[in-house]
Amino acid sequence: MDKFFVFSVVFLCFTILICMYRVVMGPTKGDRMIGINIIGTKTMVIIALTSFILKENYFIDVVLVYALINYIGSYVVTRGIATSKGEF
Amino acid sequence: MADFLSILLISLGLFFFLVGAIGVIRFPDALTRAHGAAKSDTLGAALCIVGLMIKAGFTPVSFKLMLIVFFLWTANPTAAHMVAKAITVKKMTEER
Repeated sequence: MDKFFVFSVVFLCFTILICMYRVVMGPTKGDRMIGINIIGTKTMVIIALTSFILKENYFIDVVLVYALINYIGSYVVTRGIATSKGEF
Repeated sequence: MADFLSILLISLGLFFFLVGAIGVIRFPDALTRAHGAAKSDTLGAALCIVGLMIKAGFTPVSFKLMLIVFFLWTANPTAAHMVAKAITVKKMTEER
């Protein structure tokens, strides 16, 4: 079971690398924001899996706080995209 | 049996994560990327966390994971909608 959790963490890191291509090479700011949202969700799942690998219960609180911070940051950056001027 | 069900749900979640990542690369436009990424990402995270809940059993850890699932099912589609609305507003103000 622990080996499967470690495999899941490595697989999620691989998909984060795939999404990082869109964050770096995206032609618009909206593409970069979509990639950042996906990477935030995947890091939440990675922290939950490492909580079960290390058998520590308090990492779940880290996942809760990370979800809230991810949503607020997405809101702020999106307001910035909608009212920005110049090159999109 | 619980371990088997947990492994099955987490494997389904990883599959949806991979499909969403491939869709973010392959789709041609920003709005189609937002459309394909948000749903697959939400479903994959929910399936992974429900699999961890089955592994944890009836503990406070399982309750916290349930709170995470409820918040994520509310927050992730609204964040995708905000991004798509910002892209649309920006495109309309550029064409004007």
